[in-house]
Amino acid sequence: MGTRKTIKRRGAGINIGQNVWIALDAMMANKLRSALTMLGVIIGVCAVVSLLSVGRGAEAAITEQIEGVGTNLITIIPGGQVTSVTATSGHNLTLADAEAIEAEVRHIVAVAPEFRLSAQVAFEDNGMDTLVIGEMPEYAVIRNLEPAIGRFISQDDVDGRERVAVLGSQAADELFGGLNPIGRTIRINNVRFEVIGVLAEQGAVGMFNPNTYIYVPLSTAYRKLASGRGVTGGEYLVSTIMIRAETQEAIDDVIAQVESILRRRHRLDPDEDDDFTVISQQELLGMATSITSTMTVFLAAIAGVSLLVGGIGIMNITLVSVTERTKEIGIRKAVGAQRWHILAQFLIETVVLSATGGLIGIALSGAILAAINSTGALSADLSPEAILIGFGFSVLVGVFFGLYPANRAASLHPIEALRYE
Amino acid sequence: MSERVVIEAQELSKVYHMGKTEVHALRGVSIQVREGEMIAIMGPSGSGKSTLMAILGALDVPTGGRYWLEGEEISRMSDRELAIIRNERIGFVFQQFNLLPRNTILANVTLPLIYGGVGARERRERAAKMLEMVGLGDRLGHKPTELSGGEQQRVAIARALVNEPAIVLADEPTGNLDTKTGAEIMSLFKRLHQERGITLIIVTHDPEVAAQTERVIYLRDGRVVEPPEGLLTGAKPQEVDDGHPEDD
Ligand SMILES: Nc1ncnc2c1ncn2[C@@H]1O[C@H](COP(=O)(O)OP(=O)(O)OP(=O)(O)O)[C@@H](O)[C@H]1O
Ligand SMILES: [Mg+2]
Repeated sequence: MGTRKTIKRRGAGINIGQNVWIALDAMMANKLRSALTMLGVIIGVCAVVSLLSVGRGAEAAITEQIEGVGTNLITIIPGGQVTSVTATSGHNLTLADAEAIEAEVRHIVAVAPEFRLSAQVAFEDNGMDTLVIGEMPEYAVIRNLEPAIGRFISQDDVDGRERVAVLGSQAADELFGGLNPIGRTIRINNVRFEVIGVLAEQGAVGMFNPNTYIYVPLSTAYRKLASGRGVTGGEYLVSTIMIRAETQEAIDDVIAQVESILRRRHRLDPDEDDDFTVISQQELLGMATSITSTMTVFLAAIAGVSLLVGGIGIMNITLVSVTERTKEIGIRKAVGAQRWHILAQFLIETVVLSATGGLIGIALSGAILAAINSTGALSADLSPEAILIGFGFSVLVGVFFGLYPANRAASLHPIEALRYE
Repeated sequence: MSERVVIEAQELSKVYHMGKTEVHALRGVSIQVREGEMIAIMGPSGSGKSTLMAILGALDVPTGGRYWLEGEEISRMSDRELAIIRNERIGFVFQQFNLLPRNTILANVTLPLIYGGVGARERRERAAKMLEMVGLGDRLGHKPTELSGGEQQRVAIARALVNEPAIVLADEPTGNLDTKTGAEIMSLFKRLHQERGITLIIVTHDPEVAAQTERVIYLRDGRVVEPPEGLLTGAKPQEVDDGHPEDD
């Protein structure tokens, strides 16, 4: 009977660009409703992006601080567990241990043993209780320290057991106010020391604020300040031994060497635990970043809930829109729109809506972050990662919450849809 | 008119379920339409005209019976296949025009071509040509709401024709128009029929409209019956052509 061929099928028939245009047009035609619909997504994306960025900013700040100290850094403290950083009697890390490490361990740049003690420090009538640390000149190398004014402790100071002191920036402020401390005399536990330098301000790590510390030559600390607590059985005790490895790659090797030397020197049996603890800066870094990223992800997840709420808002409005446009759907089907044409049309609309909300949310977040930055409390920039996550989620929300209304539209019977008024 | 059969329908029935009651809108309708025919479907309100048109237009499927369009059986097709049939083989003109109000008339006429996968440029050209043919070539950028009813129906006709369908179905196309405008639409249909050999089925209550066709199919209670005496001659006898070609 027929001359026409059997049904041919073509994949074409939907034009994404055109549908995006139609969706944008519809959005502009109903600005208030569109804005209200997008509000949830705007808030959600803004919260997610802001929190992620702030979290990343905090993480970067902490990382920078720890890395500023130097990632090649290794710290050895007495005792098998991390309990206290200050030396107490009964500990067994000695100056001779430090000397042995310096002599035997390969791939290290410098070793600096320290002796720490709490002390009363005073300049004229200004007094404070703080931590005084006996240091070797190597400490400045290890920590990359540059005095803001004056100089750090030299080998001559150590050899001559000079009574000289270098102040942390905050200690200098507290003792001297605006005065230049260089050349002036302070009293540490009533022993007179000449100030030779003030350190630049350093980042505080947790509860340790090195800006309040005061540094003196190690030999002077034993002789003038330790009053016998620094020596046991002819051995000088140390609070910590700091080591700088040549490279980051060498750290594991250096730690292994240090452990074997100390175990040998402390005459530990193979079944005995270490009586000292080795901490690498790398480990600290890992701990700090894992804590901050957990926090960040947690906060972002909470923010994600508002994104979910935004998605439900989009679904509601789209359902209303499907009902309002039943006739249009009928017309489109009558002239040959297939199921997937209608599905795609409505999906594109919801995605355009939520993606636009996402972009607005990102822009808003940028403004919020700029405001935060201007207060100077924190430096948090819109990270590309946060933008990507925020935008990606807004698109996903559009697809996910558009699917149900779009499917409903696509399932309408052409005759019933056409009859709808 | 050629001998080629465009529509072959056998014993079409349609039952609507309204809760517990069944409405038999069609009770075994058989019709045959040849290429190039112009046919009127008449009958009292509720006799099943629109139901039949929906099935012939692949907008709906019959409950029983079989329907071939250009030799292909439509009555058992899937939704997707029906959509393709509507798109490629059928032009539908509605009483309420059914244009997208927010789109220009050019975009409205373009719509079937979009779903047919025709390229943008060709779409525009073909749609513009159709609108020119129905006398709206200078209104392409207008919205339907800026046009009169008659003009809107012309747009709908252009849309129905743009895919060069095998058949054009019009369900009371003049029902929403005043007599003068209705007559204009009818003369447009006639012109298209004569100039382009379009196969046309028009549902109408208006004997004057029916009189301009070549054959009348009369429905009553979902069945094809003999038209009542004087159906076409009653209204304006002097204008009616005799001897419109009834099939045997
Ligand atoms: N979707 C439906 N559900 C239930 N009954 C329906 C439906 N559509 C049509 N009917 C019924 O089927 C019968 C035929 O309806 P149809 O619309 O085909 O009549 P019609 O001849 O076009 O009438 P009119 O001249 O008033 O347009 C009527 O009794 C109608 O009530
Ligand atoms: Mg009807």
